[in-house]
Amino acid sequence: MVKPSNEPGAVIDGFTLGECAHRGGMATLWTVTRPDIAVPLLMKVPRVSEGEDPAAIVSFEMEQMVLPRLSGPHVPQCFGTGDFARQPYVVIERIPGKTLYGRLSDLPIPYQEARVLVGKIANALADLHRQNVIHHDIKPSSIMLRPSGEVVLIDFGLSHHNQLPDLLQEEFRLPFGTAPYMAPERLLGVRDDPRSDLFSLGVLLYFFTTGVRPFGETETMQGMRRRLWRDPHPPRKLRADYPPWLQEIVLRCLEIEPAWRQPTASQLAFELGHPDQVKLTARSERLKRDPMSTVLRRRFNRGLTQPKPKADLAAQLASSPIVAVALDTGEGSGALNDAMRVTAGRILSILPSARLACLNVLKLGRVTIDRTLDEQGNNKHIDRLVALRHWAQPLKLDDSRLTVHVLEAVDPAAAILEFAEVNNVDHIVIGARQNSLVRTLLGSVSAKVAGEAACSVTVVRAPRLASRHQAESANDKPLEARA
Amino acid sequence: MSIKSGSSRAVIVRVEESVLLAIFADIHANRQAFSACLDFARAHGAERMICLGDYVGYGADPEWTVETVMGLVDNGVMAVRGNHDNAVGTVSETMNAEAQAAIEWTRGRLSAAQRRFLAELPLTLREDDRLYVHSEASSPAKWRYVQNRSDAALSISATNAHATFCGHIHRPALYSMSAAAKMTSFVPTSGVPVQLLGGRRWLAVLGSVGQPRDGNPAASFAMFDTGSREITYCRVPYDAEAAANRIRENGLPPWLAERLLVGR
Repeated sequence: MVKPSNEPGAVIDGFTLGECAHRGGMATLWTVTRPDIAVPLLMKVPRVSEGEDPAAIVSFEMEQMVLPRLSGPHVPQCFGTGDFARQPYVVIERIPGKTLYGRLSDLPIPYQEARVLVGKIANALADLHRQNVIHHDIKPSSIMLRPSGEVVLIDFGLSHHNQLPDLLQEEFRLPFGTAPYMAPERLLGVRDDPRSDLFSLGVLLYFFTTGVRPFGETETMQGMRRRLWRDPHPPRKLRADYPPWLQEIVLRCLEIEPAWRQPTASQLAFELGHPDQVKLTARSERLKRDPMSTVLRRRFNRGLTQPKPKADLAAQLASSPIVAVALDTGEGSGALNDAMRVTAGRILSILPSARLACLNVLKLGRVTIDRTLDEQGNNKHIDRLVALRHWAQPLKLDDSRLTVHVLEAVDPAAAILEFAEVNNVDHIVIGARQNSLVRTLLGSVSAKVAGEAACSVTVVRAPRLASRHQAESANDKPLEARA
Repeated sequence: MSIKSGSSRAVIVRVEESVLLAIFADIHANRQAFSACLDFARAHGAERMICLGDYVGYGADPEWTVETVMGLVDNGVMAVRGNHDNAVGTVSETMNAEAQAAIEWTRGRLSAAQRRFLAELPLTLREDDRLYVHSEASSPAKWRYVQNRSDAALSISATNAHATFCGHIHRPALYSMSAAAKMTSFVPTSGVPVQLLGGRRWLAVLGSVGQPRDGNPAASFAMFDTGSREITYCRVPYDAEAAANRIRENGLPPWLAERLLVGR
C-alpha cells in the first residue's frame, strides 16, 4: 500500500492538511480541515520511521484507543483515528491558547490564584477519572485553559484506561513519564491508582506556589527512587508566609503512600474550594523534613516500597464519595433531622473515605433588605454553622471528613443543586416535609433537588406516625373494601 | 511505511465490508446457555456465527447442541473441532475422570452422523486476517491452554493472522503483541468494545458459553465487528438451574451440575 504523503494540501481520510503546527520528538501536529466539521482541528501523526523510539508508537496507540472514548469539556474532542495498518493519526479539536508551561517564568504565582487554578485542574481530573482513565503525565505542558477558563487535559499517550488493555504495562523496563512529576508508586510499576495523578498535581501546586520543584529535576532512576522514602522540604521552610491550609493540601498530595493522600480528585478540589475548612494537622505546621530515623525506616520498610495488588479505579472512586446533607435547622425539624442522621450514618459507615458536607440554606427575601442579625442581634450565619456541627456531632466524624456550609439564596433548591454541581457531590441526602402549608404553597425543595440533580438523591422522611385522618378514613370504609 | 520490529508484521487486510460476528466457544452441551447466547447475539445484530469447538462434554443436551451446530454449519457458519468433540470419536484422548464419564455418556447419545460431523471438523479455519482455533495456534492438536503471556506469545508467533480467536480455558482474556514483540495481557470488561489495533497482533481468548470458570456463572461469548475491528466480550445470564437439573437427571457427575451455579 502506498503511504499517503504528509504535506500541505494532502488529503487523509477526508481531512485536508494545512500547515505543520508543531514538530515534536514523538509526533508531528498538522492543522487540518474537513468540510463537515466547523471547529478548528489538529492531526497528530506519530513519528514511526526507522530508528525512532518504540515509546512513540506505543503511546500513540494508547491515545488512539483512549481519545475516542473521552468526552466533556476537560478533554479535546476526537474526530477520527487512523491505524498503523495504513496511516496512523488522531484528529482532535484544536484548543486555542497555550499550555501552562508558558507560566513557568511567572513562578511563584499568588496563593489564591494557584488555589483556583489547581482546583480547576483537580475538577478536570475528577471528570477524567470518572471516565475510567488515569492520565499519568500531569504537568504544566499537558494542561491548557479554554478561553472560557475551563481546564483541558491533553496528551494521553501514557494513560491507563481501566476497561482497556494497558499497552504500556510491559513495554519498558523503566517507568515512562516525566520524572519531576512522577508518583513514587509508578517507580514500582503501579499503573492503576488514580491517586498517582493527585501526586503529580501536588508537585505542580508546590512548584507553582514556591517556584521550586519538590523533588528537583533528577532524571536518573536512583534520583527518582529517593521519593519513595524522602519527603520534600515543607513549603513554609521556603516561604515564611505560606498559608498552613495550603501546606496541608500540598503535603497531603505528596504523601508517599497513596492511601494517605486525598482519596479522590473531587475531594482535593473540595479542599481547594473551601480553604477555611481544611483540617490542619501536623503537616500544616511542619518547617522541617522528616527526621532521618523516619526516612531510614521507610527506606528499608518493604511494605512501603513493594507493589500493591491490582486496584480498581471505579471501585476506588465509589468508595470515596462526597455526600451532602441538606438540613433545615429551624423549629420543628427534630424528628426529620434525626432520621436524616440515621440515613447519613448508614452511608458513611461502610465508606471510610467518604466525606460529608452539611448544608443549610439561609433564605433571602426577594424584595426585602436582608439583615444578617436576628432580632436578638445574633449573627444568623454563625448560629446556623453551630447548629450544623451540633447535628453532625453524634456521627463522630473526623474533622478531615466533615465540612459545614451555610448557603445564602432566594431559591433553596437551586442553591443546593449549584453546590452539588460545583463541588462534585456524589450523593445528596435531603429531607421531605409532609403536609406542610409552606410546601403546598411554594413547591417542594426536595422534589426539585431529586428531579434535577446530576447525582443520586436520597429523600428522607421522618418515621411515619399513624395520623388521625388516615385512621378515621380507614374506619369509614365499608367492611368488604377492607377485607 | 515500516515499523522497527523483531517479529513478523501484521498482514495488511483487504478492505471488506463490516460484518458483525458472534463467536462461541466451549458450549459443552448446555442448551439453556447456548440458546440464551444465540438469542442475545441475534438481538444485538450479529450477522454471522463462528463456533470454536467443544460442543459436547459436561452438559446434558449433546443431541440438541450438535444438531443446532450442524444446522448452523449447513447455513455457512464456520466451526472448528475441540478436544471434547475429538474425544467422542477417539478413545485415546486423555481426560480427568469427570470429563471422561461425561464423554462416555455423550458417545452413547449421539448418532453416527453426529459423531462423524464432530470428527470431521477442521482444527483451524482462516478467514481474511483472522484465525479460528479451539486451543491455540502453535500446535492446535496438542490442546494447550493459554494461561499467561508466554503461552499467548507462542500462539501469536505461530501465525501471521492479525487476530486469533480461541477458547478452551473457559476464562476470557485478551493478549496483544506489539511490533517490538512485547506482550500485554488484559481481562476484558464485558460490554466494553476494544479495538484490535492494526499495529499489533492479538489473541482473543473467549470465555465459555456452557461452563464458565471465571467465577461468573453467566454464559460468555464475544462479538467482533470486522469493519471497526472492535471486540466486545458479552455475558448473558441464563437458567443455569435448569441446565444443572438436566445434568443431575441424567446421572452425570454431580459436580458438573454444581459448578454451573458458581461459575467454577
